[in-house]
Amino acid sequence: MYLLLFCQQFLNGLQFGVMLFLMASGLTLIFGIMDLINLAHGSLFMVGAYLCATVFQQTGSFMLGLLVALPGAALVGIVVEVFVLRTLYARDHLDQVLATFGLILFFNELTKIIWGPRALFLDVPEALSGTIEIIPGAPYPTFRLAIIVVGIIVAIFLYFLITRTRLGMLIRASATNREMVGALGVNVNLLYTLVFGLGALLAGLAGAMAGPLFAVEVGMGEDILILTFVVIVIGGIGSIRGALVGAILVGLIDTLGRAFLPALFKLFLDPATADGVGASLDSMAIYILMALVLAWKPRGLLPAHE
Amino acid sequence: MMKRLLILLTATLFLTASWALAGPVKIGMITTLSGGGSALGIAVRDGFKLAIDQEGGKLGGYPVQLIVDDDSRKPDKAKQIANRFMKRDNVDILTGIIWSNLAITVVPKAVREGVFYISPNAGPSLLAGKGCHENYFNVAWQNDNLHEAMGQYVKDNNFKKVFILAPNYPAGKDALRGFKRFYKGKPIAEVYTKLGQKDYAAELVSIRSAKPDAVFFFLPGGMGISFIKQYNQAGLTKDIPLFGPAFSFDQTILSAVGNAALGVMNSSQWNKDIDNPANKRFVADFKKAYGRLPSLYASQGYDAARLIASAIKAVGGDMSKKDAFRKALRKADFDSVRGNFKFGPNHYPVQDIYIRKVVEDDGVLTNRIVTKAFTNHSDAYVSQCKMK
Repeated sequence: MYLLLFCQQFLNGLQFGVMLFLMASGLTLIFGIMDLINLAHGSLFMVGAYLCATVFQQTGSFMLGLLVALPGAALVGIVVEVFVLRTLYARDHLDQVLATFGLILFFNELTKIIWGPRALFLDVPEALSGTIEIIPGAPYPTFRLAIIVVGIIVAIFLYFLITRTRLGMLIRASATNREMVGALGVNVNLLYTLVFGLGALLAGLAGAMAGPLFAVEVGMGEDILILTFVVIVIGGIGSIRGALVGAILVGLIDTLGRAFLPALFKLFLDPATADGVGASLDSMAIYILMALVLAWKPRGLLPAHE
Repeated sequence: MMKRLLILLTATLFLTASWALAGPVKIGMITTLSGGGSALGIAVRDGFKLAIDQEGGKLGGYPVQLIVDDDSRKPDKAKQIANRFMKRDNVDILTGIIWSNLAITVVPKAVREGVFYISPNAGPSLLAGKGCHENYFNVAWQNDNLHEAMGQYVKDNNFKKVFILAPNYPAGKDALRGFKRFYKGKPIAEVYTKLGQKDYAAELVSIRSAKPDAVFFFLPGGMGISFIKQYNQAGLTKDIPLFGPAFSFDQTILSAVGNAALGVMNSSQWNKDIDNPANKRFVADFKKAYGRLPSLYASQGYDAARLIASAIKAVGGDMSKKDAFRKALRKADFDSVRGNFKFGPNHYPVQDIYIRKVVEDDGVLTNRIVTKAFTNHSDAYVSQCKMK
């Protein structure tokens, strides 16, 4: 019984981790390679969800929504990079934080002007609705399983992109020494735009995949953004492998903590207090993890370049 | 000649000055118009404005001036706006706050300084009990009320194993306390989630393994949308009925939840099918003015304005008669869209609370009243209020 429960919660944690990975992989590339702190990454998540929901409402097809949301989010990302962020590379991090925070406000208000203040409806595609019993006796939502599969595909794709292609080589090279790559005649501006577009595309993918689960509403990317930053700090800034490990770790600890901490405290506290203490401690759990990781390995678990 | 002109000029000045004194009644509205939860503030504002527009810029037959500002759901910002409204704009009445934590920061100081505060939403227990004040009126509900009604209904329908769930913050704890106050029995599990949490996978597995016969939840805004969708996706809707307060089944929310909400029972003090002339007029005019169905919050904003209108009329638009104005507010001599409405000794409503069911009507998801949970229901804190 307990094993069954644990397996289900483990799967939930894995799924949440994969969702975080989709966000974190883009953010860590941007942060690691371009040395840019992009708080507006959550806005690109929101753009993905809104575009997908809009197309879904017009056509009734989630896949079509995805086909529009991915290039849509990438395009928005590229426009933002070219017109706003390019001027910020030379500035220090505080300026970048202020400017990208401004972008969050801008995107939130723009979304409200275009779509109104109400949350939008986005449903699970017909083929993926319902549940399957991959563990006997424990029906699991098919769509969540699909998210795990998509996450694994993206992880493999990124692995090949980074290790086996010329673009990946340039990305790795500029993560190590940007000036040298520029001096060797590589168009660093174009490379940055491509990396940012790729990050935006992944954020849009995460947003579109999250739409059927979460409320599609203004400001939906901000909660997940905070967790994403925790993930890339734990994993090591600029490292895709680190983002994967960090995301799975954070997803598992967050979910398992929520599921089992209150039960654990109930062993020696009265139920009402146990629920309160469990819930409070769980909110802290991932930050405690972050503090421990940083104390042990200040540059994260798998830093990009040592 | 010159002298005469001067006298004439002074006279005109005096005239305009006294005209300014008898000028419009000033109402300051502090509400949430941007960021998360802005749909609620916008609904309250639109409902309130509708009442003014119906009278062509007047309330109770006297001109009013409505000043609106956005608190972005931030207590410090709400406080600043309240100060500005009182010091610079000299408002007579404040209204509009959605969230209880904002109300607690703004209201006590404002009412102490002699301004009237009419709450169209937030009804914290503090302001209903020990912190009640003669200048504070709540036209919506006390925070616990809708949860209490759901507790009563779930008990009456013989659900024995109830799983209850709310965010880990004061209003969440109040909600579960309110539910338990009338459910009487002990729920099989009581779970507190993170405020702002979007993913409920872990809780849903706990629910399934606890095998309850009913689930009660209070998750306002986007949290509720996410929860209901995921509850449905996990295949729980057909096995375990879901119960909650109206906030998660409001007109603004249903369109984002979709069919996952169909058939769910929820508790509310208002619905658009309550049969009385005031409600019919409100629903029809709201649809005409804004092109959408009114929400619960819009009805509360509208009632707040209609209540103010009744008191302005009673004092003949003269806001210097504060005692008479307060007396008129207490009488609540207006046709509420809810039908029966009066104030208890703590200036919180004594009203009926209904159980509604989510249905599909002309292809639009909406609510229909099924039964009445309470008649003339007051709140649990009224005895703690020592008002002169």
